[in-house]
Amino acid sequence: MADKPNDVQIIIKNLWKVYGKDPKRVFQKGLQDKTKEEIQNETGCVVGMRDINLEIRKGEFYILMGLSGSGKSTLIRALIRLIKSTKGSITINGDDITRMNADQLMKFRRKTFGMVFQHYGLLPHLTVLDNAAYGLKVRGVSKEVRYAKAREVLETVGLKGWEDYYPTNLSGGMQQRVGLARALANDPEILLMDEPFSGLDPLIRRQMQDELVELQSKLQKTIIFVTHDLHEALKLGDQIAIMRNGEVVQVGTPEDIVTQPADDYVQEFVQDASPAKVLTAGSIMSEVPVITYVWEGPKTALTLMRREKKKIGYVVDQKQRFLGVITAKELERLLSGEERFKTIPTSSIEVVDTVTEDVLIEDLFSIAPKNPYPIPVVDEKNKLLGRITNDHIFESISNNEGGSDV
Amino acid sequence: MFKFPEIVEIPLAQGIDKIMDWLLVYLDGFFDFIGMIILKVVMAFENLFLFLPWFVIILLVGLAGWKLIRSLKTGILFMILMLIIGTFGYWELSMRTLALVISSVVFALLIGLPMGIQMARSDRTERILKPILDGMQTMPSFVYLIPALMFFGMGKVPAMFATIIYAVPPVIRLTNVGIRTVDVEAVEAAKAFGATPRQILFDVQLPLAKPSIMVGINQTTMMALAMVVIGSMIGAKGLGMEVLLAISRIEVGRGFEAGISIVFLAIIIDRITHSFSESREKDSK
Repeated sequence: MADKPNDVQIIIKNLWKVYGKDPKRVFQKGLQDKTKEEIQNETGCVVGMRDINLEIRKGEFYILMGLSGSGKSTLIRALIRLIKSTKGSITINGDDITRMNADQLMKFRRKTFGMVFQHYGLLPHLTVLDNAAYGLKVRGVSKEVRYAKAREVLETVGLKGWEDYYPTNLSGGMQQRVGLARALANDPEILLMDEPFSGLDPLIRRQMQDELVELQSKLQKTIIFVTHDLHEALKLGDQIAIMRNGEVVQVGTPEDIVTQPADDYVQEFVQDASPAKVLTAGSIMSEVPVITYVWEGPKTALTLMRREKKKIGYVVDQKQRFLGVITAKELERLLSGEERFKTIPTSSIEVVDTVTEDVLIEDLFSIAPKNPYPIPVVDEKNKLLGRITNDHIFESISNNEGGSDV
Repeated sequence: MFKFPEIVEIPLAQGIDKIMDWLLVYLDGFFDFIGMIILKVVMAFENLFLFLPWFVIILLVGLAGWKLIRSLKTGILFMILMLIIGTFGYWELSMRTLALVISSVVFALLIGLPMGIQMARSDRTERILKPILDGMQTMPSFVYLIPALMFFGMGKVPAMFATIIYAVPPVIRLTNVGIRTVDVEAVEAAKAFGATPRQILFDVQLPLAKPSIMVGINQTTMMALAMVVIGSMIGAKGLGMEVLLAISRIEVGRGFEAGISIVFLAIIIDRITHSFSESREKDSK
């Protein structure tokens, strides 16, 4: 996804949530190193989150993933203090939200957050327009201003014309768009999304995911997104934190998670994840064996090719920019002809499809059969970086180790 | 034969009597004040109902049946029922009964809604109130007449006092349940957007709890009607008094007419208050 600024916006430090009577006892008794079961047996308290430490950067699409009961929903609620954490700190834009009083908290929520819920959390007695404008109403924005803004965001999420309907008239996907519009109307810095697409049909879900990706590329907000769906996590996330039993087991990019699972739990989680959806062309490409410079003569090029025992060369210009492919056969034809070539003629260079480093392997499936040669990988300036053979593709999807050393 | 030992005795009755004596002596002025307010309200309703010509009221009831329940047939039926009450010769008494019921309900809501809201907000209040409400609802209704009689003497005011106490539990209970069963995410959403507790109450909780609260109001109203009839035992003029007289004189026909009138009144009030909860639900769907 787009460029990621490096400034950290949210710092979660040693965050605990313990449910039960007088939960601070757990720490006074020094039980924090015991297991969840031991703590429960000894105090009757249930650990909801245990010693969570995370850093979330501005503009990052951050996924909290885990099965139900893993503490992911607790964590996202703790961020906005719908659930009050027992111990630890959550610093957002420099302010510790766990230490705010009710008034500060309310103001902070108004200016910082937008939240989207699994079951939409819409108000059934209000129209779509009023629902979308609700966050602004809470802030005390005047009617005209908030309706104007609400209309604008409803259009952004594709609900123009539905303003005067009631939420129950809308399908699940559309209701969630209203939920998203309501969150966006506030123009929040941080968007919290609690399993927003879990209740939707698979097709609608995919469509909403795609639209969210597109929206995010425009908005560049910090998004914290809870899901139990690995594919959703891999598709959307810049960073993924995997949670289990209230603890964070692994944090990493989608690629890290799939290629280097931290433990058996994560391994099990990702085992049915197709690497094709995660690994990028850049991670499986290998060096180009024969680079043919466009100013070389056919004879030199052919000699180099023969020495490497290859049948093709990748032609680049002075700036290493990729021009196309030339075959040994074509060079032989040039040499056997009557005309003497000082350099390789443009007409002999075969133009082929290229891909950039960040293309997913999944997308190579459609390109590979059309390309008679290994697919060249280039950067955005068309500079040749490497190439991908069909073997690379097969190997990358047949084992999770990645195919970078092939 | 084993007789229960008479030495073992908990003097609860005496204790309560003592408390009542104390209240009567020291809070006399307070009860006078409450009695005055109750009387003012009920008289206002009574004067209004007796001031309006009978046909206007019948028309209004018919209109309410037609518009609120959305059925012309029901509206006409209501008008016929009211006419029958009139032909029995009970028009004035039924208007007095209606005034008692409506003003009692007004007070019951003024007390019950805030209590229900408070109960929904605090688990502790709920724990304390629940057994009290259970007790109030299982207590025979006549029992309420005794303290009412002692505080306020005979007449409308004690009857209403007893009615208010007797009729208030359902609206408290259903307001509490209604608010507690509001979609958690809707409330969380409001909180997440920085809504104040007040905004959450008026924007989210009360509107979403409305159907449940309306059912509570319906039940409270019906209970108030039942109690107002009993209240005639301590001197509240109305249809109940006719039943009481018919009993003491063993006049079956008279008692039947009065009884039927009460039933008709009950049907009309029930249908109309019931329509509040239903029509709202339909609107939001």
